[in-house]
Amino acid sequence: MPERPNEQRREPAGIPPGMPGPGGPGRGAPRPKERARNTGATIRRLWAYLNRQRAGLILVYILTALAALVTMISPYLLGVAIDRFITPGRLEGLLGLCLLLLGLYAGGAAATWLQAYVMTGVAQRMLQSLRGDLFRKYQQLPVSFFDTRTHGELMSRNTNDIENVSNGLNQTVTQMLTSLIVVIGSLVLMLRLNVWLTLVGLVTIPLVMLATRLIGGVTRRNFKAQQEKLGSLNGLIEESVGGQRTVQIFRREQAMQAEFGEINGELNRAAVKAQIVSGLVGPVMNMLNNMNFALIAAIGAWMVFRDMTSVGVIVSFLNYSRQFGRPISDLANQYNLIQSGVAGAERVFEILDLETEYEEEGELIGGASLRGEVAFDSVSFAYKPERPILQNVSFRAEPGQKIALVGPTGAGKTTIVNLLTRFYETTSGTISIDGRDIRELDKNDLRRSVGMVLQDAYVFAGTIRDNIRYGRLDAGDAEIERAAELANADSFIRALPRGYDTPLTMGGTNLSHGQRQLLTIARAVLADPAILILDEATSSIDTRTEMHIQEAMRSLMRGRTSFVIAHRLSTIRDADRILFMSGGTAAEQGTHDELLEARGLYYELYMSQFKRLG
Amino acid sequence: MWRLSKYLKPYWLPALLAPLFMVLEVCMDLAQPRLLQTIVDDGISAGNPDIIRHTGLLMLGAALLGVIGGVGCTIYSSIASQNFGRDLRSSLYRKIQTLSFRNLDRLPTGTLITRVTNDVTQLQTFVQMLLRMFVRAPMLIVGSLVMAVTINLKLTVILAVAVPLLFAFLFFLVRFSLPMFAKVQNRLDRVNGRLQENLNGIRVVKAFVRSDYEEERFAEVNRDYTAVMTRGMRVLSLNMPVMTLILNISIVAVLWYGGALNRTGGIEVGALIAYINYVTQMLSSMLSIGMILTFVSRAKASADRVNEVFGEQPDIVDPEHSDSVSVSGGQVEFRDVSFGYGEDGQDLALRGVSFTVRPGQTLGILGATGSGKTSLVSLIPRLYDPSSGSVLLDGVPVNEIGLSELRSQVGMVLQEANLFSGTIRDNIRFGRPDAPEDEVLRAAQAAQAHEFIERMPDGYDTRLGQKGVNLSGGQKQRIAIARAMLLRPEVLVLDDSTSAVDLTTEAKIRGALERDMTGSTKLIIAQRISAVQGADLILVMDRGRAAALGTHEELLKTSEIYRDICRSQGNEGSEAYA
Repeated sequence: MPERPNEQRREPAGIPPGMPGPGGPGRGAPRPKERARNTGATIRRLWAYLNRQRAGLILVYILTALAALVTMISPYLLGVAIDRFITPGRLEGLLGLCLLLLGLYAGGAAATWLQAYVMTGVAQRMLQSLRGDLFRKYQQLPVSFFDTRTHGELMSRNTNDIENVSNGLNQTVTQMLTSLIVVIGSLVLMLRLNVWLTLVGLVTIPLVMLATRLIGGVTRRNFKAQQEKLGSLNGLIEESVGGQRTVQIFRREQAMQAEFGEINGELNRAAVKAQIVSGLVGPVMNMLNNMNFALIAAIGAWMVFRDMTSVGVIVSFLNYSRQFGRPISDLANQYNLIQSGVAGAERVFEILDLETEYEEEGELIGGASLRGEVAFDSVSFAYKPERPILQNVSFRAEPGQKIALVGPTGAGKTTIVNLLTRFYETTSGTISIDGRDIRELDKNDLRRSVGMVLQDAYVFAGTIRDNIRYGRLDAGDAEIERAAELANADSFIRALPRGYDTPLTMGGTNLSHGQRQLLTIARAVLADPAILILDEATSSIDTRTEMHIQEAMRSLMRGRTSFVIAHRLSTIRDADRILFMSGGTAAEQGTHDELLEARGLYYELYMSQFKRLG
Repeated sequence: MWRLSKYLKPYWLPALLAPLFMVLEVCMDLAQPRLLQTIVDDGISAGNPDIIRHTGLLMLGAALLGVIGGVGCTIYSSIASQNFGRDLRSSLYRKIQTLSFRNLDRLPTGTLITRVTNDVTQLQTFVQMLLRMFVRAPMLIVGSLVMAVTINLKLTVILAVAVPLLFAFLFFLVRFSLPMFAKVQNRLDRVNGRLQENLNGIRVVKAFVRSDYEEERFAEVNRDYTAVMTRGMRVLSLNMPVMTLILNISIVAVLWYGGALNRTGGIEVGALIAYINYVTQMLSSMLSIGMILTFVSRAKASADRVNEVFGEQPDIVDPEHSDSVSVSGGQVEFRDVSFGYGEDGQDLALRGVSFTVRPGQTLGILGATGSGKTSLVSLIPRLYDPSSGSVLLDGVPVNEIGLSELRSQVGMVLQEANLFSGTIRDNIRFGRPDAPEDEVLRAAQAAQAHEFIERMPDGYDTRLGQKGVNLSGGQKQRIAIARAMLLRPEVLVLDDSTSAVDLTTEAKIRGALERDMTGSTKLIIAQRISAVQGADLILVMDRGRAAALGTHEELLKTSEIYRDICRSQGNEGSEAYA
C-alpha cells in the first residue's frame, strides 16, 4: 500500500554514479563524483538565483507540503478503515471514509503535478539565466583566459555542470522538504498509534544506514579502479581512432588491437567487481524491507493477541515503516546528487567571478576623426616576469602607412598586434593612437577602429551574406557584394549554386581554407576600420592565388594604417616600413631596400628564401 | 538492436542464471503478503499464537532466502553484461581497424570515439538492467496478479479496469514524450553548437566587438531550448501523479468492495490486506515499466549507432591470391587515372592523370590548394581506389598487391603529423617496432630531429603526451618523417610535411633524403618552389589535371602556370630563367 513503488530506487544503485547522462556530449571518460568545496556559500548564491522567482518558489513549497501531508495521513486512514469499519462490518461509515480517501488522493495527485509543473518552470528559467550569464561572461573575459583552457572544458561548464545543478536542485528544493515532512509526520503518527510497535519499525533503520555506508565505501573504491581503467581505455581509443589513418599506413592494426584487448580485459575485471558490489544495494535493501515487514507483522500480531494494538494499526505501520525507511536509504543518493550539483554550481560561479577585461572605462574615440597614427614607445610584454615576450619595442606608423612585421616564429609579431587591440595589456611602455594612450580609450571603441584578418579564417554557421555582414551589422546587400568584389571573393561566391545565400556549416567546412580567408577579408573591407591588421591572412591561399588577390589587398589597405604579418617576403616588399622581429625585440627597421643595404638579419632571411631560385 | 545479442551468447550461462536467481527473489517478495494473511486470519482471528510465531519466522526466513536470489542475480548479471560489453567493444574496435579511408571520411573521428565508449557503455548498462529490472518488474506484475486472483476472484474486477487503464496511459505518455525528447536533444545540440562556434571564433568576436550580437544569438537558442525542455518535463511530470492516482483509486475501490464482501463473509480481513498489498505491488511495478521503456529507446539509439559502424563495408580489401605477388624497385606509374571522393564518382578530384616515375627518382608535386595533390598520392598505398584508370607499382596494378606488402613498400608522411603516447623512440619505431637502435638514430638524424630530441631531458626516452601534445608542430613533423624513413620503403611520399619546419631545416632534410634514401623513389608535395626545384621531375597539378611535367628548367620554358607560381614566390628567381 505504499504511495510510491519501492522499485524506483533500486535502479540508481545499479548505474555507476559517473555514467554519462543522455545529454552529455561525447566527453571521453565519465567523471567520478565531485565534492564541493564551499557548500554553504554556493547554496546561498544559487538560492539568490532561485529567489528571483519567489512567487513560484513559495507556491512550490506550499504544494510540496500539501502532497507530503496526503502521503503522511493516508496510511493512518487505511488503518482506521480496517479497525472501525471493515472488521466490525459497518459499511455506511466505510463509504464516507473511502470518499475522503479518494478526495485526499486526488488532491495529492493534483498538488504533486502542479508542484512539478511550477517547479519545472522555475528551475528551467533559472538554468536559462545561468547559461545566459555564463555565455555573457565568456564574451567579456580577456583572450588570455581562453589561451589556458580547452573549449571542451568551457563547454562542459555550460552543459554538464549546469545539468548537475539542475539535478541537485530537484533534490534539494522538493525531495528534501517531502522527506522531512514525511519522516517527521510519520514518526509522530506512529508514536501516537503505538510506541512499542514504533520501536520495532525503527529496528532496521540502523541496519539500513550501516549497509548503505558499508556498500557505499567499497563501491567508491571499486568505481575508482573502474574509472581509471575506463579512462586509459578511452585515452587509447581517442588517440588511435584519431590517428586511424596513420595506424593503417604503418600497418599497426594488429598491435593496436592487442594493446586494446589488454586494457579492455583489465577494465572488464575491474568493472565486474565494481558492478557486483554496487549492485548489492538493491537486494540488501529489499531484504531489510522484507525483514521489517516480517517483524512488524509478527510482533504486531502478537501484540494484537495480547490486546495491545489492533489489526488496522499493523496495516498503518506496514505502510509507515516503508515511507520512513525510504528517505533514509535514499539519503546517500540524494546527498551525492546535491554534492555534484553544488560542485557544478561552484564551477559555474568560479567563471562568473573572474574579472572581465572591461573593469575600467575609457573615453570614446569618435570613430570618424581617427587618422590612424600608431606609436609604440618602449613597449615590453611578458606572461611571466622571467620570460619576456617583447622587450623595449618602439616604432611609429604614420597615417596610411603599411608596416610589415617579419621574423621567425615566436619572435613576437603576433604579440604586437594583440597588444594594439588590447587582447593583452603591456607590461611596460605605452602604445598610442593619434597621440592618445590606448589604455585611456574605450576598449570596444578601440577594437571597432582596428580591423583584423586573422590566420584562422573563422566563419560562422549562417549564409555567406551573414558572414560578411558580421563586419558591419547594418550593411545593406549591395554594400556586402561590393565588399566581396573588393576582396576578390565575389566570383567564387557567385559560382556557388545559391550564391550569397549559400549556408555555411559550422567552421565553414564546405569552403576551402583559401575561400574562407577571402570571406574574412571581405568582412574586414565592410568593417572599414581606420587601422587594419593582416595576421598571416593569406597563409593558406596558395602563392599563385595570392598574387591574383594582391590587388584586392592593396585596395583594402589604401588610406588605412596597416600592419601585415607574413612569412612570404614577396608580399611585404612594398611596405613603408619593415620591422624585423627577433627574440622579442625590433632588431631592424626600415624599407626593403634600406634593410637589404644594411646586409643584416633581414638580408639573410631574404636571401635564404630566394637564393635557390637565383 | 537484437542483432547484438550474439555478443551475449558466450555468456549464456550467467545470462540464464541471473533471471533464475531473480525468480527466487521475486517469489520470496510475493510470499510476504500471503504469510501476513496467514498471521492475521489464522493467527489473530483464530486466536492461535503458535501460528503467529511460526509464520513470523517463516517471513524472516523468506527475506533471507530472497537476498540470496537478489545477490546471485546481481553477480551473474554483472558478469554477463560486463563481458558482453568487453566483447562488443573489442569487436567494434577491430571493425574500425578494417575501415578504409572512405569509410573514415563518412564516420568522423569524434562520433567513432563516442560509439566505442559511450554507446557501448550504454548497451552494457542496458543488458545488466535487462537481466535484473526487466525480469523483476514483469514477474512481479504477473506474480502479484496470480496471487491476487487466487485470494479472491470477485475483487479482480477492479484490476480488470485499472491495469488496461495504466497501460493505455503509459502508451500515450511514451508516444508523446519520445518525440519531445528527440526535440530537446536537438535544441541542446543547437545550444552547444552556438557556444562552440562562439568559443572557436572568440578572437573574431572580440576584434569586431560583436558580443552583444553574439549574446542575442545565444539567448535565442537558449530560450528555445528552455521552452522545449520545460514542455517536455511538464508532460513527463504527469507520469507520477496520474499513475499513483490510478493506483490509489484502485486501492480505495478494493477497500470498499472488499469491506462489503467481508460483511457477507466473502473475504477475511487478512486476505483483504494481502490483496491490497498485491495490488500495490503490481501497479507500482508498472511504474517501473515506464522507466524500462525509456531505457529501451536509449539503448536502441546506441545499438543503431554501433550497428552503423558494423554495417560499413570497407571498399579497400586484400586482393585474392595476392600472397605470391611481391614488388621491388619502386617504379610508380599512373595510367589515365580519374578519382572522386563522392560515392558516384562525381566531383572528380583527379581527371585523366598519367605519368611515370622511375626507381630512385624524385618527383616534386606543385599546385594550388584543392588541385588534387593529396588525392594523387593517396592512391599509391591504396588509401583510396581510383574511379577509373590504374595505378601501378613496378608494373603491377596496386589492387593486385596484398595490402600489407603494398603499404610496407610505400612510406607516407601525412600533412598532419599524428603521434601517439609513448616514448619518442616508440614513435619513430611505430612502423618497425624491432628496428635496431642505430637505424632509429640515423632516421632521426636524417629528419633533423636528433638534435632537439637529444636536448630533451630524457632524450629518446622522453614520453610524449596524448597525440604528442608536448611537441611543437615542426618537431612533430620531423618525428613523422623519421618514422617513415625508418621503414626504408621503396616509395616515400611526403605530403606537404615540412610546412611547420623553418626553411634552413627543410633544406637539410631535403639533402638528407637525397643522401640516405637514394634507392627509394620519392614523391614530394610542396608549396614552395625551392622545395622541389632540384627534383628529377616536377608535376604541376591544376584542378585535378596534370598540367605540366618536366624539370625546373623545362617547365620555366613551357608552363605558364609554373612561371606564375615562380613569380608569386619572388620575381628574381624566375626572371633568371625566363
